[in-house]
Amino acid sequence: MDIPRRQFDSLIIGAGGGGLRAALQLSNADASVAVVSKVFPTRSHTVAAQGGMNAALANVLPDNWHWHMFDTVKGSDYLGDQDAIEYMCRAAPKAVYELEHFGVPFSRLDNGRIYQRPFGGQSQNFGGDQAARTCAAADRTGHAILHSLYQQNIRAKTHFFDEYFAVDLLKDDEGYVLGALAFNIHNGEPVLIEAKTTLLATGGAGQIFRTTTNALINTGDGMAMALRAGVPLMDMEFFQFHPTGIAGRGMLITEGARGEGGYLVNADGERLMERYAPKAKDLASRDVVSRSIAIEVREGRGCGPNKDHVMLKLDHLGEDVIQKRLPGIRQTCITFLGIDPAEAPIPIFPTLHYTMGGIPTNRFGQVVVPVKDTPEEPVPGLYAAGECACVSVHGANRLGGNSLLDILVFGRAAANHIIDYLKENHHHRAMNDSSLESAVARMQRWDNNGSGDGETISDLRNELKTVMEEHCSVFRNDEVLGEGVTKVEQLVERFKNARISDHSDVFNTARVEALELENMMGVALATIESAYARKESRGAHSRTDYTERDDKNWMRHSLYSFEAGVDYKPVRTKPMSVDSFPPKARVY
Amino acid sequence: MKFRIYRYNPDTDAKPYVQEYELTDIEPGMMLLAALLQIKDTQDESLSFRRSCGEGVCGSDGMNINGINGLACITPLSDLKEPVDVRPLPGLPVIRDLIVDMDQFYQNYRDIKPYLIVNDPMPEVELPQTPEQRERLDGLYECILCACCSTQCPSFWWNPDKYLGPAALLQASRFIEDSRDQATEERLAHLEGPFKLFRCHTIMNCVQVCPKGLNPTKAINDIKKMMVKRSL
Repeated sequence: MDIPRRQFDSLIIGAGGGGLRAALQLSNADASVAVVSKVFPTRSHTVAAQGGMNAALANVLPDNWHWHMFDTVKGSDYLGDQDAIEYMCRAAPKAVYELEHFGVPFSRLDNGRIYQRPFGGQSQNFGGDQAARTCAAADRTGHAILHSLYQQNIRAKTHFFDEYFAVDLLKDDEGYVLGALAFNIHNGEPVLIEAKTTLLATGGAGQIFRTTTNALINTGDGMAMALRAGVPLMDMEFFQFHPTGIAGRGMLITEGARGEGGYLVNADGERLMERYAPKAKDLASRDVVSRSIAIEVREGRGCGPNKDHVMLKLDHLGEDVIQKRLPGIRQTCITFLGIDPAEAPIPIFPTLHYTMGGIPTNRFGQVVVPVKDTPEEPVPGLYAAGECACVSVHGANRLGGNSLLDILVFGRAAANHIIDYLKENHHHRAMNDSSLESAVARMQRWDNNGSGDGETISDLRNELKTVMEEHCSVFRNDEVLGEGVTKVEQLVERFKNARISDHSDVFNTARVEALELENMMGVALATIESAYARKESRGAHSRTDYTERDDKNWMRHSLYSFEAGVDYKPVRTKPMSVDSFPPKARVY
Repeated sequence: MKFRIYRYNPDTDAKPYVQEYELTDIEPGMMLLAALLQIKDTQDESLSFRRSCGEGVCGSDGMNINGINGLACITPLSDLKEPVDVRPLPGLPVIRDLIVDMDQFYQNYRDIKPYLIVNDPMPEVELPQTPEQRERLDGLYECILCACCSTQCPSFWWNPDKYLGPAALLQASRFIEDSRDQATEERLAHLEGPFKLFRCHTIMNCVQVCPKGLNPTKAINDIKKMMVKRSL
């Protein structure tokens, strides 16, 4: 197959906040950058982020980066890497100011500075009073950031491959990553993008679960590409359930709703979080609040005819505050529920929201893998940033407001490292044909798969999502996970005979969905295998058969690869410059 | 519930046609996007449309629904008269089925220099902006580039390459109104002439269809007023 080749210094796969922040840094440094995205950039899932981005600006209440670091380490249930967390929290204020300079329309305080609101898991002075650390543009912060970053990339003349689907990474025999095979969704034409560096910024994989706040595009493409390139995925058992998804529907209601003073009530009208987090109450961290809601429902105190949800009460805040600070979620509630939160409470239930795990990187965005005795050897030419990556700054549980921060800080850091790499690597390395052949085969598999009796993509996808929801949810145990592993393995087998009936070259979404499902299968396997193996409860991973955190045996990162199954590596507990925060009981 | 959906695949079809589908399993509160996904999953894998967030913030699934542009993901089926006519956004070339080629739309967006321009050195912290100055951006910055407005605008249908259309002009206003932006004069000068801005004839289809409840006509009129002031 004669495939057209394009050459760039740097390839970025994914055009959400992480990819666009990196692209901008590279374009500003006069590197030639190609951004490949399966959707037009402003359709990326960053657009849906609501509440805001953490940075210790101290615009509203006293704050400093070290307190932010403490909260993040504690929030991670001590699975976060403290060097990366220190780096991120130190870099946060600058990241916010840069965004503001790029044009982000942050909400403002009377003194003209950026508005900040309280969010869950935030404290002053290492566990003291509530902090107000989350910089917000009403409740549309992700939209404001993504559009501003895209706009700046227009100014910087970044080269976009919009609506191109990346199939696989290309490597040479020495293990250098040399770019990727992609195809133009509009006409099915393949293109081989050669690049000295490749940055994966493809976002999360929430679509492997049935009910999720995630966009339909969040299928873990970059994670699966990494897996297939021999890179293990890290800490995949840690998926965050957001406490306040609209019950049964999954639309996100920002944590900012509680930050502005909203609270949860059960069927008896009790403020349920007083029972579980006497001090922080509704602003305890997300894993704690989600579990609390699940327990309330399990013990029969749920609301509604089926007693299957609780209520988020906002009406006491008054229409003015709601319209000014939470206009987007107000609209969402009116559209999807016919309920105006200024007048009536919102039915909510924990909903799958965020992939804490991902492609292992160091704090420079380099993808790192174990090689012999070294747990973290960089893969030359390969980078990852954002939700698809695992630095790890979120460990076992991410704090609200830290994901936008993560994508911006590490998108930028990866670009800076790439700029240095390009200074020392002037030439493209020769392409290896064997890795190209397997990528082409993967793409062409769907062109002529006959009309046999293989199952459809949608049937397999629905079944996978159901299995993950039933076997890998808020509460887990050995039996349920074990069955889940078997079921996912069977689905992976059955997928080998799956077929599509649409073989058109023109905007073939059936083929895209087939390739996405293949990616979801790999990520789901990594997730449930890692969850099955981890015999403790930590952060978002709650086992009813191992209810305690076990630092002695389990304060370590999981690594899952197709070749070796589940393996482990140590947590980096040593920060860059300050003392490390040793594990303590987590009380809110 | 019955649906009549515009179909066209240039690979196989000599011309577009309308295909009928029926769904029996309509849940209360179901949106049009869920119906389209159900048709694609259970009846016809080849039905093609864009979609992403499913909650009206990404702007992927703009389409013409019973004659009016809107986002499928936030259009309740209960609001729609049967059979539901679903067509691609009008005024842009169709790539396939409900998917249109949005190049011209994006080009018009890029034409207005949709980014903050500040000529002074940047401070080490944020540029100051009062809450009142920031409020002037409300109703402007929330645009999701779904193209529902521009592709419902007759002036855009006639001259998509000359008249910028409501979406691009709303963005022009977003930067003109931003107290931090220092390129107002260039922005206004760029909109001079009979077409880019002044082809707006205040038909106001844009206001009627904007799924985010924005008012591009008002933004356009505000720019027109500034242009008049400027020429005095």
